[in-house]
Amino acid sequence: MHQTAPPARIDESAFRREVRAWLADNAAEYREARAWPEAELVARSLAWQKRKAEAGFGLITEPPGLGGRDGTAAMASIFAEEEARYHTPTFTGLGIAFGMALPTIRKHGAPEQYRRFAEPTIKGEAAWCQLFSEPSAGSDLAGLRTRAVRDGERWIVNGQKVWSSWAHHARFGILLARTDPTVVKHQGLTFFVLDMRTPGIEVRPIRQISGKSDFNETFLTDVVIPDANRIGAEGEGWACAMTVLMNERHGASERASVSHDSVENLLRAALAAGRLDSSSVRSKLAQWWVEEQGLKNFGLRIRAALERGETPPPAVAMMKLVSATKMQQTNAFLMDLGEYGGLFSEPDRPEQEQVFFQYIWSSAMMIAGGADEILRNQLAERVLGMPSEPRMDKVPFNELPGIKSS
Amino acid sequence: MDLHFGDELKQLQEEVRRLLTERVSANLLRRLISEDEGYDPALWRTAAELGLLGAAVPEQYGGSGLGERAVCAIAEEMGRAVAPLPFFSSICLAAEAIKLAGAPAQKSAWLPRLASGEAIGTFAWQEGLGPPETDVDARFENGRISGVKSPVPDALLADVAVVVCEGPRLALADLSKGVRREPLRGFDQLRSHAKLVFENTPAEAMDVPDPKDALRRLYDRAAIYAAFEQLGAAESAMFMARDYTLQRYTFGRQLASYQAVKHNLANILVMVELARSNALYAAAALEADAPDLGAAAATARLAATRAYETAARENLQLHGGVGFTWEADCHFHYRRARLLALSLGSPAIWENRLIEALTKKNAAAA
Ligand SMILES: Cc1cc2nc3c(=O)[nH]c(=O)nc-3n(C[C@H](O)[C@H](O)[C@H](O)COP(=O)(O)OP(=O)(O)OC[C@H]3O[C@@H](n4cnc5c(N)ncnc54)[C@H](O)[C@@H]3O)c2cc1C
Repeated sequence: MHQTAPPARIDESAFRREVRAWLADNAAEYREARAWPEAELVARSLAWQKRKAEAGFGLITEPPGLGGRDGTAAMASIFAEEEARYHTPTFTGLGIAFGMALPTIRKHGAPEQYRRFAEPTIKGEAAWCQLFSEPSAGSDLAGLRTRAVRDGERWIVNGQKVWSSWAHHARFGILLARTDPTVVKHQGLTFFVLDMRTPGIEVRPIRQISGKSDFNETFLTDVVIPDANRIGAEGEGWACAMTVLMNERHGASERASVSHDSVENLLRAALAAGRLDSSSVRSKLAQWWVEEQGLKNFGLRIRAALERGETPPPAVAMMKLVSATKMQQTNAFLMDLGEYGGLFSEPDRPEQEQVFFQYIWSSAMMIAGGADEILRNQLAERVLGMPSEPRMDKVPFNELPGIKSS
Repeated sequence: MDLHFGDELKQLQEEVRRLLTERVSANLLRRLISEDEGYDPALWRTAAELGLLGAAVPEQYGGSGLGERAVCAIAEEMGRAVAPLPFFSSICLAAEAIKLAGAPAQKSAWLPRLASGEAIGTFAWQEGLGPPETDVDARFENGRISGVKSPVPDALLADVAVVVCEGPRLALADLSKGVRREPLRGFDQLRSHAKLVFENTPAEAMDVPDPKDALRRLYDRAAIYAAFEQLGAAESAMFMARDYTLQRYTFGRQLASYQAVKHNLANILVMVELARSNALYAAAALEADAPDLGAAAATARLAATRAYETAARENLQLHGGVGFTWEADCHFHYRRARLLALSLGSPAIWENRLIEALTKKNAAAA
């Protein structure tokens, strides 16, 4: 959160009317949900972002020159609510941009850096990817090995990243690399913005259980990064990474209210299947409703706290925990309702494909951006003040077993 | 909707917490159980003097008119302390019922006395086993009630009861006149219950035009207050478990440092936070008399029941053998969680209420 004077109260109903009118004029073609081929989805998402920026809706809290209108967080929520009535195109590369990269650069970077990267992003010219995980560093992110070595006013980077979602469509990447292997592992990391057009970057797709290839292996060979793209001080990469992860976990749980597995839709499906009289069905629906509403109301509390100028409490980690498990359970339920036949999509029930996809995707949600077990550790440690896990890695990075020998 | 409790309410809540921390010790609770008491009259007088009883009673009836959210805040602290007071019976049930269904004269007669603590009220609906609201046999005819109500909370202390009779009809009974009270042995001895035997006992009609609707609204309101009581209690049980595991060592480590223990408490924390979020929403809906109040109340109740029951059970488990002892105090929550889970109807009943409300909404939208 950047510290500015609280904006004057705006007339929210007038703003909502303005947004509705603008969406009616500009988003008419997105009234119905549609699936586009990957390249078209990316192109449409960027074009739609550009259009929003031209009307001052690109990032509402920014000034007009940056595609915003100096608006409040409440206005941004109103716009998001209204936009959610449409099926406007977006993809993870923009989610990473707005949900993770920009907030982190604003918090830890210089104003000049923020402006340099925010402008093309808000104007729909740049999607982003996250280059954190490595083959030997996922939950234990601070164990990463990719090396960045200073060479005057630039850095030379070598290493391998993995699970880099949408890196093949990204203009920029947020990169966490090791700049000092002689200190304890969390202290030797530095945070960079990587221009994905730099020579020496090779992005190779990985096939996922969904059959698609949204994520990649990213090989970095003698990649040059100007020092002007270092965000925060040398050795302070871990603090930046924490900001990224905090935002990622919060954002991952914000889902459209009209999704096919919302409890209202589950209730309709149970009714249609003649199963709503079953007490076990009722009990499950009630439980999921309690969670859905709980998340929604928890989100309202967090939003209000942010609007009061407070920082989000560490308990936000629970949002992804609850929503991912619920996603898995509810989509399994949507299969159960059809018994054996529920495992097949027929021309008259194309929506079952969505069910398959979300059931598959829920398993990724439980892992990506902090696996469930890691989130539980964090809730216990940061919210309840319980002791951290016993660790064997409080020695300089280059003396860790496995590193020393290699 | 604004879910946030403002500074004034937070301050009130802190005052209540301070008072109850000071006055409700585990020793007091153990003594009250041994003496079959379940009630601390001196503390009740203090609560009355501080104006805690009249929070949601309008000023014209001697209350402070602070509103329903103040009652929620106080109920949360009552739950946290397992306070031995008839707050829920007298304020969250009887006073609410009189506010909802009483004639002006009945309000003038009883609300000021309930708000000042001079009189204690209760609400008598249940008749033996089975869900509330169904199969009511007590009859109200010609200004007299006949029938048996059981269990009735705090019935040994109460001066007045709102009685659900066949019809349904609601009657207001001054319990000083011709009622037999038979104490019950209950699972949670810290809240006393009794059987009220009405034998042609004089009572006043509460002639609300639609008693069924009034009852439904009363249950919704009571469920929200109960959710706050459960929430405060759940948090207390959770912290009790956390604190114990922090100071207990096994195999050379703090119990709280084992991941199985941490994850267990993290899961409870999630339930507590969901319950708090849903309770806050329901409190806002209550104060605004929102159209989705019924669904919001059921949601709050289900979330809070789950959080409290889990926290109470796991708290005992994490104490090991000590948890099973009289002196360790885990039993207060272990028992109270069951009482609060069933006293307004079990989770199965509220799940049904919720699904009915959602089905209706769905039909209306179609
Ligand atoms: C679909 C998808 C997209 C992704 N996108 C990106 C991306 O764009 N950029 C990026 O950098 N990364 C990305 N990731 C990587 C993701 O952040 C990691 O997969 C995640 O952090 C887990 O790390 P890991 O895969 O190495 O699993 P591991 O760390 O090896 O964990 C394996 C299992 O062990 C458990 N475990 C690990 N440590 C502990 C512990 N201390 N206590 C208890 N249990 C433990 C974990 O919870 C998990 O269940 C993505 C992952 C997925 C699935």
